[in-house]
Amino acid sequence: MPKLTIDGKPVEVADGTTILEAAKEIGIRIPTLCYLEGIQAIGACRVCVVEVEGARTLVASCVMPVAEGMKIITNSKRLRDARRTVVELLLSEHDGNCQTCERNNDCELQTVAYELGIKNITFEGIKTKADVDTSTVALVRDNGKCIKCRRCVTVCNQVQAVGALFPQFRGFKTVIGPAFGKDLSTVACVQCGQCAAVCPVGAIVEQNHIERVWKALDDKTKTVVVQTAPGVRAALGECFGLPAGTLVTGKMVAALRRLGFSTVFDTNFTADLTIIEEAMELLSRLKKAVKERQPAALPQFTSCSPGWIKYVEYFYPEFIPNLSTCKSPQQMFGAVAKTYWAKKVGKKPDEVFVVSVMPCVAKKFEATRPEMNSSGVQDVDAVLTTRELGRMIKQAGIDFVSLPDETVDRVLGTSSGAADIFANTGGVMQAALRTAYEVITGRELPFENLYIEAIAGMEGIKEASVTITDTVPEWSFLEGVTMKVAVAHGLGNANRLMEKIKSGESIYHFVEVMTCPGGCIGGGGQPRFTTDAVRKSRIKAMYKEDSGKKVRKSHDNPKIKQIYGEFLNMPLGEKSHHLLHTKYTSRSRV
Amino acid sequence: MIEMKCDCGSEINERDLVKQLDAILDEYRGKPGALIPVLQMSQKMFGYLPESVLKRISLELGKPYSEVAGVVGFYSFFSTVPRGRHLVRVCLGTACYVRGGKQVLEAIKKNLGIDVGETTPDRNFSLEVARCFGACGLAPAIMVDDDVHQRVKPVKVGEILNQYLTKKTKKGKKSAGKKGAGK
Ligand code: SF4
Ligand code: SF4
Ligand code: SF4
Ligand code: FES
Repeated sequence: MPKLTIDGKPVEVADGTTILEAAKEIGIRIPTLCYLEGIQAIGACRVCVVEVEGARTLVASCVMPVAEGMKIITNSKRLRDARRTVVELLLSEHDGNCQTCERNNDCELQTVAYELGIKNITFEGIKTKADVDTSTVALVRDNGKCIKCRRCVTVCNQVQAVGALFPQFRGFKTVIGPAFGKDLSTVACVQCGQCAAVCPVGAIVEQNHIERVWKALDDKTKTVVVQTAPGVRAALGECFGLPAGTLVTGKMVAALRRLGFSTVFDTNFTADLTIIEEAMELLSRLKKAVKERQPAALPQFTSCSPGWIKYVEYFYPEFIPNLSTCKSPQQMFGAVAKTYWAKKVGKKPDEVFVVSVMPCVAKKFEATRPEMNSSGVQDVDAVLTTRELGRMIKQAGIDFVSLPDETVDRVLGTSSGAADIFANTGGVMQAALRTAYEVITGRELPFENLYIEAIAGMEGIKEASVTITDTVPEWSFLEGVTMKVAVAHGLGNANRLMEKIKSGESIYHFVEVMTCPGGCIGGGGQPRFTTDAVRKSRIKAMYKEDSGKKVRKSHDNPKIKQIYGEFLNMPLGEKSHHLLHTKYTSRSRV
Repeated sequence: MIEMKCDCGSEINERDLVKQLDAILDEYRGKPGALIPVLQMSQKMFGYLPESVLKRISLELGKPYSEVAGVVGFYSFFSTVPRGRHLVRVCLGTACYVRGGKQVLEAIKKNLGIDVGETTPDRNFSLEVARCFGACGLAPAIMVDDDVHQRVKPVKVGEILNQYLTKKTKKGKKSAGKKGAGK
């Protein structure tokens, strides 16, 4: 445990701690740009330099470990000048047009330039030119704005194990991007948007759908309905300065009404619907395997995360049969809104315009998949990220924080607590087990408060098992079977889990995968900046929302009973098959 | 191995080459640090790194295509365009540089109509720069294939390059697309 001083303050930290981390522990913030907590420390940008007594040169605090007796200075004229020079150099070649940039007011380069008090740029640099790649439906890249910090590279390769981005060429010609500097659509990218979540500047952002939503709201021939994913309500408040994990469900509904959405529904409703279909699908696979002794694709994989789906299509096409055929809650919503609900209000599918608000970037991609038009037209018309909704609320001049709480419209809005936890890693699994276990045994899942701790936390890969006893007669063949489940979040973890499954090292019945670290609450479309601490706060909020509901299990949701009674008839039935289930396509990785 | 050098009927050998590539990939699959040696061997076999070969390497070694491309683009040794029959290298070491190497390079670029790292459309010449081949006393120097040409004057580059076209025609009776080179 080395002891040292930072700006005269003594501090004792664990071996291997960097100067940056040690300073943070005692409340000293050193500016950074390329550093990414827990993920990347490469010492590339040198904004984080500090003085170490006895050292001739300034050192990058994000990579330099502390040593016994070090005396560190983090604020001096020499340092302010050095940091300014570094940022001035970046700005001298930066194609800066902050006022019209997607990241205006939400940009780390802008912030650091402001904090360092940069007044004029003394260097004459050759400005990078705008070089905009709109080849994919979910993301826009502009190499002209890129400061080559490589955060996106590390996230895409290490955290997500996809590898769509990499430094290309060398020297002055270096660009960060897909193979040979070509468009993103030419390589395997799952559209998760984790790169956009970590990019400090406006070099990778989501395809903006705000204008098309305003247009639909102004169009008198359209009935515009909105659905919000569970993960949005635990994060939207951050756009308005509220702390991470503040639940703003009621204010969000109020804001949506004020934006002009005549009907405000909830993706939670179709999350409950997904659970019914997906749990029954799992049981039918188990029946096939255990009772009929026929080959069945087990483990069954969850299918609500579109980045994960695309990942399987690229990297594990042999496992496509294992993916649940259930559409995601977003797509189930679009399909039932344009059929079941449209009919109720006397509209045709093409008169209804469905807007989703998602913590996710890949949902923009999912909505455009050719399979996703079971109502006859595209089921979901526009997908806003949490960030985009925040901006729309600001554009409309709504004072979000002082809004009253309102509640969603009931038909496609009422939901159980099981639906809320769809937003966090381990949540879909718990929600599905609540229903599956009860179908098999007639009893409630035997965990206190229905909470399965083993699969709830932040570890990358989690496992649990439930032994089935005293079944109802119909499922007696499952008597004594121990159901083994696994949960992974972040595609890098999914990759490790898949290799274990592939090699036969691990055997499971049911596996939940969420593309983004932490699950949807850490999605690529959430307010920046999402650290692990922020993820934990948002997850806590989701469990709070769940446990605060009277109805905690999807099959107890009265509106779910109603839609089966009035419209769908039964789970996995013909209507379900047509509207709620889908198929997947194997994709070539190169 | 010998036919591989032949550039007259590459289609005939394509299948053999792919077989050889697969053998290399089999050997290196799963080994750490395999990418660069595999790329080197592939370039030696094919003369350059065609897209199809890079994609195969990416798939077989389980390396993202963007990473493979990034490595290929980082080292000037690797080329994704077919090399010309003759490699022209212009020395830009200090001695050659101060004695007009840069002007010689410009003259060659103009003569061939290509930039450094490129190959003429008729595939006769590829152009590269080099850092010194020990001919400093007689700078500026250029190398065409294995021949060093010293005290090169910009006005003479056309003449030097033309020699190679004639040589080739006489020796190898290859007529493919030599006309128009040097234009
Ligand atoms: S990336 Fe940041 S600094 Fe650059 S133009 Fe956009 S807001 Fe301004
Ligand atoms: S969207 Fe995801 S897969 Fe695509 S480049 Fe970004 S991080 Fe990589
Ligand atoms: S795109 Fe963004 S994250 Fe990636 S290197 Fe450029 S600035 Fe950094
Ligand atoms: S933040 Fe330390 S070098 Fe960039």
